[in-house]
Amino acid sequence: MSAASPRPPTEPSTARPLRGGVFHVRAQVLSADDIRRAVTRIAHEIVERNRGDEHLAVIGLANGGTWLAEALARAIAGIEGHRPPAAGVLDVSLHRDDIGLRPVLPGSITTIPGSLDGRVVVLVDDVLYTGRTVRAALDALNDYGRPRAVQLAVLVDRGHRELPIRPDYVGKNLPTGVDEEVRVSPGGVEIGTVVSS
Amino acid sequence: MSELVIRGGTVVDARGSRRADVVVADGRVVAVGEDLTADEIVDAGGCVVAPGLVDLHCHLRQPGQEEAETVETGSRAGSLGGYTALVAMPNTTPAIDSAAMVHEVLDLGRSALCDIHVAGAITVGREGEKLAPVGEMAALGVRLFTDDGRGVQDARLMRRAMEYASDLDVILAQHCEDEAIAQGGAMHEGEWSSRLGLPGQPPEAEELMVQRDLALARLTGARVHFQHLSTAGSIAMVRAARAAGLPVTAEATTHHFTLTHAACAGYDPVFKVNPPLRTEEDRKAVKSGLADGALDAIATDHAPHAPHLKELPFDQAPPGMLGLETAVALALTELELPVEQVLALMSWQPAVIAGLADHGGPIEPGRPAHLCVIDPTHEWVVDPGTLASRARNTPYAGRRLRGKVRHTLLGGELTVRDGDAQR
Amino acid sequence: MTEQLELLGPTAGQAQHLRSIEELSVEDLVDVLDLTDHMVEVCRRPVPKVPALRGRTVLSLFFEDSTRTRLSFETAAKRLSADTMTFSASSSSVNKGESLRDTVETLDAMGIDAAVVRHRSSGVPWQVSRWTSASIINAGDGWHQHPTQALLDAYTIRTEHPAARSAVAEGRRPLEGLHIGILGDVKHSRVARSNVQAFQALGATVTLIAPRTLLPPSVAGWGSQLTVTTDLDEVLPKLDVAYVLRMQLERQEQALVPTLREYTARFGLTPERAHRMPGDALVMHPGPMNRGVEIAPEVADRPNSVITHQVANGVALRMAVLYRLLGSGVPLTGGSDV
Repeated sequence: MSAASPRPPTEPSTARPLRGGVFHVRAQVLSADDIRRAVTRIAHEIVERNRGDEHLAVIGLANGGTWLAEALARAIAGIEGHRPPAAGVLDVSLHRDDIGLRPVLPGSITTIPGSLDGRVVVLVDDVLYTGRTVRAALDALNDYGRPRAVQLAVLVDRGHRELPIRPDYVGKNLPTGVDEEVRVSPGGVEIGTVVSS
Repeated sequence: MSELVIRGGTVVDARGSRRADVVVADGRVVAVGEDLTADEIVDAGGCVVAPGLVDLHCHLRQPGQEEAETVETGSRAGSLGGYTALVAMPNTTPAIDSAAMVHEVLDLGRSALCDIHVAGAITVGREGEKLAPVGEMAALGVRLFTDDGRGVQDARLMRRAMEYASDLDVILAQHCEDEAIAQGGAMHEGEWSSRLGLPGQPPEAEELMVQRDLALARLTGARVHFQHLSTAGSIAMVRAARAAGLPVTAEATTHHFTLTHAACAGYDPVFKVNPPLRTEEDRKAVKSGLADGALDAIATDHAPHAPHLKELPFDQAPPGMLGLETAVALALTELELPVEQVLALMSWQPAVIAGLADHGGPIEPGRPAHLCVIDPTHEWVVDPGTLASRARNTPYAGRRLRGKVRHTLLGGELTVRDGDAQR
Repeated sequence: MTEQLELLGPTAGQAQHLRSIEELSVEDLVDVLDLTDHMVEVCRRPVPKVPALRGRTVLSLFFEDSTRTRLSFETAAKRLSADTMTFSASSSSVNKGESLRDTVETLDAMGIDAAVVRHRSSGVPWQVSRWTSASIINAGDGWHQHPTQALLDAYTIRTEHPAARSAVAEGRRPLEGLHIGILGDVKHSRVARSNVQAFQALGATVTLIAPRTLLPPSVAGWGSQLTVTTDLDEVLPKLDVAYVLRMQLERQEQALVPTLREYTARFGLTPERAHRMPGDALVMHPGPMNRGVEIAPEVADRPNSVITHQVANGVALRMAVLYRLLGSGVPLTGGSDV
């Protein structure tokens, strides 16, 4: 009998739960340096837009957005004169609209920093695709209070929206085909295909 | 009646086995030999032609529980199973504990598809307190007495019953279950009952009464017959008692040599029965007992129950299983005994115990034509929906069996022809 | 654009059940415990509700009175946004005529995804499975099983015992290395039977402690990490958890014990005995307690008695079970075979 392994919080992921298969890389579209520069730029944009706001909460969508949210929160804290924002993780598995259509087991446990009443929440995810994960996140956030505003920061926008969701901050716009997959990690962003095993 | 010939089979009876045709007329066997003819031909090619089977122990439920079975439907099931005589147990409502009740059931039996005989109760109402009018019932031809469904709990009463019965030409039969030890257990007490969380009854619940009645039989000189023995211990005691010369006889059921308590794992009350299905060792002991003569007969303990009762929770459901239509197939396939020995256990030996001179006897001219024709190779799957019994509680649903009755004759009349009941 | 995907879950293929612990694999058991952590968080939210089982119907089919367990399940279902239906035998028109089967088939026809079943007779969940295609969750059948109680107990130990917390952090089976004593009327206890299976599957060794009259006739097949003893005082200092079973007052009428006083003297968890347990050992009881019989009041109320924690986590645990069976779309690896 094998022991159950705890789910690693910084596992790279795609926007959807993984189907079975092997990822074949076609090209690297962002390097680790590109990512660092994008994070720094987005951090400045966030500070610029929310100038004077003392109660920012930066919340990463598990699993893909967790490391990115931490990086953004550090970058924001590094900007001179700005206090560190509150940080958190949100797992939206139980709010998905496709439960029962594909296998879903929750990843990290949600930790929300205090009440969200009256705060500006910046949701952070690695890839924006159909928009359904973000819709589920907006739904989930309601259970924690009533934010003054919710903004969305993503590293990659790959198009193919199925809902009226748009990002406020984008690292890179990356047109993709439906049969392609985007893989994101701190080391880089790759585009490729998944071949079923 | 016109003549008919049962052609192409192998006649097997207490005398032995021989290829022969059998001519039947006016209710009797008139000729047995090769290449016989008659107006009507009944094909027995590849079959065994034997004296009709005799069941020492079945429940026909009439009067009082007609929802489960009637004398007519039970006898139809019997005839399809090759039976020509059935001994009906007295745990009807009201119990068969008087001449009037014996009359009632014998009357119902007159138009049945088997010869219906009746076992009378030992105690009034089967309550175990007062002796029933055994003599009055014996005068109507009742030869077997039992409180079946229960055993007689009181040793003093059982002793008096044995003494009283020993001057009548009757046999006392016992359903051995010490209720203080059994405590209403729903299955065999052991590994499975512990795992399933069900109250069980240990083998000693049966064995204590077997031991008691053997001692009382020794004391009183009465003839005692042990019903549905299910444990290795019981069978060993009976074997030893017979070796010591005691005039005891014993029977076992088909379910006790084919099933074990593991069958209860899915909590299907179809597998709930008294005495309960036991361990693999006990099952093997029943098989050995039938093979080596410790046990004299196979009885079905055919116990129909209305379907909704067998859908109650396991501990609440009534115990009992069907048996008449599947017995001979199971005996032929599972016992690994020669066909003559199987027929001895199912026909002529039980006939002797029941005192039925007309049944089980050798197939020879002049004797009543109570016969069955069995195809030992015919394979069939048990389907509860197509059984003749009114009830559905067979533990063999879906099981493939080998051996089927092709024809049955009761007093020369074909009650079953080509596997179909004729009325 | 999105492919037409077949609806997973109980409406397609084999229904998933939780009728006994042994129906689940070790992986399934650990999954449910991990999921419970998520559900505990949901229960702490200002709005403790998620839409995960929206549109599903969960039936409480209780033939034995147990308001607390039934409410725990119904709350769990509602927090997952499922609809609930309640059938309790005492308030219905079930008479001798209407059979168990008729009741179940009628309710099934109204459309249910899961049925939570409690009955005083062992085996009823298996019988009910024959008459409905819904997922069956056993909330207690006779003496036989009470799997959600066992999972809840395992969860409590996993959260409260330092050795279990280490095991989880290190990726081992959550109860690995723990020695758990189950004390009392094992023979008639469905909680004990489920716990024996759950605790061993999760890595613990188990000792049953009771007078012979309250032990089952046989423990064959109950597990390779199981021992049995009638000597409480000998085994007590070695236990990491003392799981105390309720002593029914009727047992002294049934010649199973001479008097309750003698039972307490030989097998009760008295303060003196509790003192001899290791410092971080836990005291547990499935409730309701007969204070002063199987457990002294002082022992029930001390800090390392986690009895109230057992109740609090119940809703979260049952949410995890309902989600795992109905919502996740991930089949149990244990699977059930009827």
